[in-house]
Formats: sequence, structure tokens, C-alpha cells
Amino acid sequence: MKKKIFALVMISVMTLGMFGGCSSEEETAEEEEIVEQTLTVSDPDYYTRFKGKDISINVYNWGEYISTGADEGTLDVNTEFEKLTGIKVNYTNFATNEELYAKLKGGGASYDIVIPSDYMISKMIKEKLIQKLDFDNIPNFSYIMDNFRNMEYDPENEYSVPYTWGTVGIIYDETVVDINEEDIDWDLLWNEEYADQILMFDNPRDAFAIAEILLGYSLNTENPDELAAAAEKLKKQKKVVQGYVMDEIFDKMGAGDALIAPYYAGDALTIMEENDSLNFVVPKSGTNLFVDAMCIPKSSKQKEAAEMYINFMCEPDIAYANIDYICYSTPHSAAFDMLDDEVKNDPISYPDEELIANRTTVFVNLSDEANKTMQDLWTEMKSADDETTNKWLVPVFLIACLATIIIVLIRRHIKSKKDIF
Amino acid sequence: MKQLKVLSVPYLVWMVIFILVPIIMVAFFAFTNEDGSFTIKHISDVGQYANIFVHSIWLALIATVICLVLAYPIAFIISRMEKHRQGTMMMIVMLPMWMNFLLRTYAWMTLLGNNGIINHLLGMVGLGPYKLINTSGAVVLGMVYNYLPFMILPLYSVMAKIDKSVIEASRDLGCNSVNVLFRVIVPLSLPGITSGITMVFVPAISTFIISRMLGGGSNLLIGDLIEMQFLGNSYNPHLGAAISLVLMVIILVIMTVMNQFSPDDQVLI
Repeated sequence: MKKKIFALVMISVMTLGMFGGCSSEEETAEEEEIVEQTLTVSDPDYYTRFKGKDISINVYNWGEYISTGADEGTLDVNTEFEKLTGIKVNYTNFATNEELYAKLKGGGASYDIVIPSDYMISKMIKEKLIQKLDFDNIPNFSYIMDNFRNMEYDPENEYSVPYTWGTVGIIYDETVVDINEEDIDWDLLWNEEYADQILMFDNPRDAFAIAEILLGYSLNTENPDELAAAAEKLKKQKKVVQGYVMDEIFDKMGAGDALIAPYYAGDALTIMEENDSLNFVVPKSGTNLFVDAMCIPKSSKQKEAAEMYINFMCEPDIAYANIDYICYSTPHSAAFDMLDDEVKNDPISYPDEELIANRTTVFVNLSDEANKTMQDLWTEMKSADDETTNKWLVPVFLIACLATIIIVLIRRHIKSKKDIF
Repeated sequence: MKQLKVLSVPYLVWMVIFILVPIIMVAFFAFTNEDGSFTIKHISDVGQYANIFVHSIWLALIATVICLVLAYPIAFIISRMEKHRQGTMMMIVMLPMWMNFLLRTYAWMTLLGNNGIINHLLGMVGLGPYKLINTSGAVVLGMVYNYLPFMILPLYSVMAKIDKSVIEASRDLGCNSVNVLFRVIVPLSLPGITSGITMVFVPAISTFIISRMLGGGSNLLIGDLIEMQFLGNSYNPHLGAAISLVLMVIILVIMTVMNQFSPDDQVLI
């Protein structure tokens, strides 16, 4: 999700403007004087507990997923936290849920805060990679909207505090794609008329979800037959797909190199700022709703300081600064109230209740078996071009290896005999 | 001599900790299950990805051949220049490498894109647009572009040592240009050719970022496959380690074959 693996590259290649505010703020900021955002916290005493103790926490977050103060007048969240609490923040980025999982599972790294998505949270709960939070230390949890508590991935809401949410939809060039917004469905991504102009998610979970919606299956299906049918569907898409990408969607769509792509609402809004001809729509047959939430890994050595950080992230001013910067949707009631009306009423960021209730599904973790099936099908789909699955290849290779070794040995033998003379 | 041997201790320690131990760990992972028990299931599972292996070897081979064809003449020409110009020329060859590898590959994405600079220029003269990016050709181009200096460098350093008088002598003895090339220069530069091939082929066969960026994700290479096992949807380091191990064996075999062509005293592995 999000601006992932190539965020670093993109920063160097593109201008700052790309990541500017997604609301109308940018234009107004030029006309009016820049309003410096100030920070007031609800309970300053709470934050001074660790002052002078010289401790630090390791925060592991998605790329471009926090307010850095890059836009004038906005808050640099991590610096503010350090100033307020005296706790040093070591901030690093990951690119995919799977990368985060691999890091935690591998056990080499010690993080105090991680921000995985829904299905990954339930997987991590199951595998005991994250620990229960002490909500007494997170009084600001009260700001989290009711409908984002006790989500399916964390039914008792013991492990996570929601940070952002959003939907997956289709971003397309409306000047070329001549279809009514209401009529757009996921099959647009299979439309041969736009062959070679379509991008697709390079991530099995998201890609399978799209095929599953089209086939009318659940997004969380574990049925091998349904997964196989979804893979078959994806295979059919292959000939019209220009490329399987994740973050490149950002610049390919922005530059007009492709016309249609699935994308996350928040990022889509940021591209649409850059390119007027683009439009974003949540297809009529439904979509995936994702929630990214803050968690504390089991390996954390600074649990209380980490909870302080989570609480800080839920301070209204901070939550607002973050959401204003990253353009995703917020589950934080006070931050939502602070947004411009234009953003609040934006159907892309905040779709109406009916859509959320009836047409979106949240991922839950699949069984290991289903994950494995999906991964195998995905690899098979991706390498399907050379369909001639050569069963004889492996034996031939082994024989060739053996032959080589024998030839080399014979050659050496002959040589060594020659050397005698 | 004994005192000199002591000097090699730091590297030996380095080698054991960072080369030997990791290789043993890869082998260990490849032959074990999640619960640590011995299995050859992962190794035999690698067989189902045979076509990806063939595809990767094929692309890496093409890239290596193109690199060799491009690099050989230029390395020779540079090695015959005056000394001070040789330095400048080598610097120009190395110049792209001062820039970050990712950034260079990323630049190709914008060059080759459907609305990229190349298609744009072609469009001006009424051609195209052609599908340049997300093809196997683009992946090979990326490999050639990124690894060409690794071919030029060893070739140049070997050729610079070929004495001019050797070539003159062969001329005196009646060699024509073709014979000078194939009977004098090529044999003398063989060590450079083999090490150049190694330095291009090995990284090319295991790359994943080039195929990801320029291949559009539908040109899976072994590198992508391994990466998927460690950072992909299914976290399976055991299968990943097995694939890496098989890849290592393949490279070893290919290198052994190649070494049969080089003079015996300069065998690389």
C-alpha cells in the first residue's frame, strides 16, 4: 500500500510539490498568509514522565505516512514528540506489510511502534508478534470513532489503535476512458480497448481481491477452487496489462503513461492534484476497505514510551497534521472535525455510510494454507508466458551438470598425465 | 613469510563470519522445515520454477554477450591510447556508476515509457509509439546499461598490459589484422574476458530490481522469485534459500564450464 518502495527515488526525482497537501489548502496558502499550526496537548504532564531518562523508541512506518513539516506551517510530528517528551524517535520506513512481517518474524530488529494493515494485524496477533496495549496509557483512544473500534482483525480491540483508513478504487483518465462514472466496475481493468494502458497491483492479496470481487466471491475466501478461478481471471488480464506495479502507479498515472489503474484513495487524491484529467471511482460492485493501525511488537523494550507515542499520535492537533499531509481518511473524530468542509464531504476520502456498509470488505488474515495457495497461483500466473512448463528441464540440467563434471575431471586427468613428461 | 600470513587474518575472519557462515545458513535453511527437521521438499519444489530459471539465464546470457561485444572494441581502443587520455576515458566509462544504481534504472523508466522521451521523439518524426518498457528487451537493456562498466574494466586492465611490440612482432611475422586479433589479442586478453563475463553474468542472473522496474513485473526473474519468498505475500525463507542454493550451483557449473576456456594458471574458481 501507499507510496512504497520507490518513495526514496521519487523524492529525488520529483519536485516537492508532488507531496504537498491534498486539500485545497495549497492554493489558499498561497493567497492567504500561512497559518502556522500550533500544538496543544491535552495533558502535558503525562508526556514528561520520561524526560531526562535518555531513552529512545524505534518507529517503523510506511513511507510518506507522517507529517514531516515539509509543507510550510505544518507540524513535524516526530520532532514535536521529542521536544515534548525528551524521548528520541528513530524513524524508519517499510514498503509492504510483508516486509514488516518478515522483519518482525526474523527477530533481528527491535521496533517499538509498527503500523501494519488489518489482515497483517490479525496474522501478527495469531503468531504473537504484537502485544496487548495498556489503554490506560492511551487516554486519547477516546477520539477514535466507534465504527473503527473492535474491527474484525482485532475483535476486542486490545492490540491496535487505528491510524488511517481508506478504500481501493480505480483511477483513470476521464478524458480518454469514455464511461459514466457510475457504470465503472472492476472489469474496466480487463477492457481490451485499453490494452497496454492498464496497470495492475503487483501484490497477490490486492490483485486477487479485485478478481474475487468480479467473480462474486468473498475477499477473504480460502476456497482453493475460488482462488484458482481468481488466478485464471488474472491470467486472462495479463495480455491487456502494461505492467504489474505498486508505487510506480503514482508517477505512471501522473505522467499519463497509463490510463487505468487500481489504487488507494489517499494516494489517488494526491495524484489528482497533479493531473486534472484523472478521476477516481470506487467501482459499483464493491471494494476493499483497509485500516492501518498502530501496534507494539512483542520485542519492544520501551512499551510505556511506545504507548505514549501512540497517545501522542492521537492528539487532535497531531492527528490532523498527519491526515492533512498524507491525504488518507482518518478514524479520529477530533481530527475529522478540524478538516475543511470540502475534504469532509469529499466522497473519495469519506464515502457515505451506505457505501461503506454494503460495498466494502475488510481483509482478514487467511490461513497459512490459503496464503500459500495464493502465492503459488500468483507466481504461476506471473510466469505464465512460457507456458511450456518443461518437466524434462530439471533432469536435463542435472545430467548436463554431471556431464560437465566428468568432462572437467577427464580433462584434468589427461593434463596431469601430460605434465609428467 | 610467517609474519606476512598474519596479515591475512583480518580477511580470513571476515570471510568466515560474513561469507562462509551465511552460505552454511542458506544451505541449512534450504534443507530444513519450519520446525527445523531435515527435508528435501523445498529443493524439489524449486523444479516447478524451471521456466523462470531458463528465462533468467537466457536474459543474463544475452546481456552478457551484448556487453562483451560492446566492451571489447572500446576496451582495446582505450588501451591503445596515450596514457593520460586513457585515464580520462576510463573516468568517462566509470562516470555513470557514480550515480545511484536505482536512480539510473529509474531514469530508463521515464525514457522508455509510452509517453516517454524516446517515444516522444519518435512521434515527432511520425513513428510509434512503440511498446518499449515492460518487455524482456527493456530488462536486457537495463542489465547491459548497468553492468557494462564491469565488462570494460577487467578487459581494459588486461589489454593495457599487452605490449605494443607483441602486436608489432606478429605483424612482422606476417599476421593480417584478423589474425592479430584472434591469435594474439584475444588469447592474451582471455583472463579479462572470463572475469568480465563473470562480473556481468552473475549479477545479471540474480537481479530483481531491474526486472521489477523495467520488466513491469511480468518478466519474473530468479531474483524476483527469491525476493517474493522473503518479502512477498508468502513468507517462506526455506524455499527462498533453496532457490538461492540452486542458483548458486547453476552459476558454479556455468563458471566451471567457462573456466575450461581460460589458461589453467588463471582459473577463477
